[in-house]
Amino acid sequence: MSEIYISRSTAVAARELGGEMMIMSATDSTLFSLNETAMIIWNAADGQTPLSEIVECKICREFNVQPEEAYRDAQELVQQLAALGILYLSEQPSRETLLEVTQKS
Amino acid sequence: MSLMSDLNQRAFRRGVPLSVHLDVTYRCNERCEHCYLDHHGDGEMNTAEIKTLLDQLAAAGVFFLTISGGEPLIRPDCFEIIEHARKLRFNVKFKTNAVLIREKQARRLRELNVEQVQISVYSHRAEVHDGISKVPGSLKRTIAGIRLLKSLGLKVTIANVLMKGNLQDAEGVRQLAAEVGAHYTLDPTITPMMNGDTGLLRLRISSGSLRTVFQNSDLVGNVEEFCAPPPPVDEDALEGYPCSAGHTACYVSPRGEVYPCVQFPISCGNIREQEFLDIWQNSPQLLEVRAIRGKHLTTCSSCNHLGTCTRCPGLAYMEGNMRGPSTADCEKSYVRTGIVSAAMLARANSPSLSGLIQIRSNPL
Repeated sequence: MSEIYISRSTAVAARELGGEMMIMSATDSTLFSLNETAMIIWNAADGQTPLSEIVECKICREFNVQPEEAYRDAQELVQQLAALGILYLSEQPSRETLLEVTQKS
Repeated sequence: MSLMSDLNQRAFRRGVPLSVHLDVTYRCNERCEHCYLDHHGDGEMNTAEIKTLLDQLAAAGVFFLTISGGEPLIRPDCFEIIEHARKLRFNVKFKTNAVLIREKQARRLRELNVEQVQISVYSHRAEVHDGISKVPGSLKRTIAGIRLLKSLGLKVTIANVLMKGNLQDAEGVRQLAAEVGAHYTLDPTITPMMNGDTGLLRLRISSGSLRTVFQNSDLVGNVEEFCAPPPPVDEDALEGYPCSAGHTACYVSPRGEVYPCVQFPISCGNIREQEFLDIWQNSPQLLEVRAIRGKHLTTCSSCNHLGTCTRCPGLAYMEGNMRGPSTADCEKSYVRTGIVSAAMLARANSPSLSGLIQIRSNPL
């Protein structure tokens, strides 16, 4: 099975607000809200870390779920987000070009 | 509730500055007769200062960023600023007169995924538009810029400021927007200069003309709904806040001054002296603005229009009292509904008006 590498689309705007990630597409101005799990994946989508590693290190430990089931759900989620233009999927690592934002409150 | 309303409400509850309007310069290549800016480049933030500001805005939770001016494309580092903003994942709206937009600039805006470009057009006729902008040939170049942006798939809004001199051309501009595939908005608000000079108010359209505009469904949508009498004032209106200025939105000038809104010239601090978040959370001026609810408004709290009026606290401030009425909005409410406002009644008994005050610097 080949690995999946995920990176955040450069075509969207995104900001965390109260534990949810707000994302707006620049192409059609659609606003999305990512829940906690999707936000973990979004934040880890650096284009360098395989999805399997993200699931194992970030999802399974956080939510105490079985790796196979979590990976299946994560695959489905990233494909949905890719279809919406929010994430890029690749079989090869890719470089992240956005700046990290550490929010203060 | 839509996701956008939910986003606004959550930002409001958490005190997050969801939207910031940033003027990167007051310099401009046009000299529009209604413009309230001074066009000086004195004290303008440099590239590094603006990038630092953008970092601070992102950290504070700002999502919607309007980059405007003056004419922002006058700055040689304009695209460096937009690129930095996009790397920080702001939703960027860009305001320009489009005179400087050629293929290269349009492509760059497209590549940077700017969400929307707003461009001022005053008339579909060159003699009227160019007469207002004071730049011969400006309409032709502006329209060429709009067509370029549209050909690359960018969303363009044509903003039509209505004045005495271009009132008759509103329909022509609306048709032009439809022809080029741009969204159209109109605004009859003319504001005083930022230094308090009220000379520009002579350009405001008359009440009669405003009434004609408000009765045009092509311009305002559902006329019956738009001009409906206000519902009885309820608890929500009395406990509610006037607008988003200082609550979920603010304005930063090219000199780094922070204000509640671009139309609300009370300085709340300068990002050269304080971090943005410190200003946002602790500025006495912003705290004062935030404390004002409908029930605290002098005169307006007893007005039938309280719940539906477009009262601008910034314009009220420029008339001398941020808790007071804004004459222009009183007029709009009256013209829209035919119902006299409380401030108009009070004025009928006392015709004197306090003078407009000048922009106030933040005391050090």
